[in-house]
Amino acid sequence: MKYLSEYRDPVLAQKVIENIKKISHTPVNLMEVCGTHTVTISKNGIRQVMPKTVTLLSGPGCPVCVTANEDIDKTIWLARQPGVILATFGDMMKVPSSYSNLSAEKAEGVDIRVVYSTLDALQVADDNPDKKVIFFGVGFETTSPTIALSILEARKRKLKNYSVLARHKLIPPAMAALLSLGEVKLHGFICPGHVSTIIGSKPYEFIAEEHGIPCVISGFEPLDVLQTIYMLVRQAENGEARVEVQYKRSVRPEGNTTALKILDEVFEVCDADWRGIGIIPNSGFKLKEEYSDFDADKIFDVDVPPPKDDPPGCSCGEILRGVKFPYQCKLFGKACTPERPIGPCMVSSEGACAAYYRYGTG
Amino acid sequence: MCLGIPAKIVKIDERQIADIEIGGIVRKASLQLVPEAKVGDYVIAHAGFAIQILDEKEAQETLKLLEAFSEIPE
Repeated sequence: MKYLSEYRDPVLAQKVIENIKKISHTPVNLMEVCGTHTVTISKNGIRQVMPKTVTLLSGPGCPVCVTANEDIDKTIWLARQPGVILATFGDMMKVPSSYSNLSAEKAEGVDIRVVYSTLDALQVADDNPDKKVIFFGVGFETTSPTIALSILEARKRKLKNYSVLARHKLIPPAMAALLSLGEVKLHGFICPGHVSTIIGSKPYEFIAEEHGIPCVISGFEPLDVLQTIYMLVRQAENGEARVEVQYKRSVRPEGNTTALKILDEVFEVCDADWRGIGIIPNSGFKLKEEYSDFDADKIFDVDVPPPKDDPPGCSCGEILRGVKFPYQCKLFGKACTPERPIGPCMVSSEGACAAYYRYGTG
Repeated sequence: MCLGIPAKIVKIDERQIADIEIGGIVRKASLQLVPEAKVGDYVIAHAGFAIQILDEKEAQETLKLLEAFSEIPE
């Protein structure tokens, strides 16, 4: 068992596709809310092999893409302060803000370090006791436990020069917000496998029960996604709406209880600003009061001008809400490409625009 | 960004840092989120941390369900 190649068998994939075609009669719109699923679907041409009745839409599933301009403006302001080192995941480097981006700032000499893990950021703090190291905390529930752990670890090691600018976001409230906006008629959610590895299957139940939308938590290999689509179509055809787990090898109903305890220790739920959607109540994490020594929002008195709107013509907001396909943006592939991205969905490799650009628009 | 990769634990040190093997390449990952993990387990590795131990029995069950698609008559 390698947990990869077994789920990539093309002959079996063909069989699952045939069975989706066999059971699908009523048109359905299914939305994936994870950038990694967007990539699996695009890379393997899954959109192209669906019957006419099954439309796959991409949602707000890339933390890079949904980070608001104002938050990146603040991060850049912090990075520019004397004696500060900003540590960040590499994905955030090229995301445009109102006035600049982290990559351009680094080229200007601002001390920005790309790290693979929060433990590397702690190492930077350890190695530079005379500097203030700020970690740009972005990511969904998959990533936030690793940031919470870095704060616990910093406290344990008595590191006084490490803090986090927490801009973590929560997926289920964003799914509900999309449904409440009512711009797109959805018939099922392909739920994120690694977010659910942490939070389990329970947090989606209100979406199935209160909104009547089927939810299936999916793995990331092509057979996983195909089986998930089959399960969603089956629910929709049967007039059911419940939460099912396809990715059982990683997702337990209760999630990762160790990670959940750590999240609960360090963070509390707050409202969060999503690019393209706006403020969604209870959709983010901030540090609890007892960890304010590590909270960059509390330590620094950030003073930035009001954020600018997205660049003219950029459709990232509509793309993140599933209202538009990337190729319906007039900048897509012309003014906006991965080499010269205008909007964040083209920057991140898991952004819908970048995935459609790289693997075809089908 | 939520990318997670199946990796096999080959060694664990006293700080709960493991050597994990991904397609022949060995990297480091913290086991603080899966303290019960042991050498030989497959885990999902994400941003320098193992976030879950993969369940082989469930993995086989999913494959069986998938294989059943082949047995449905035309």
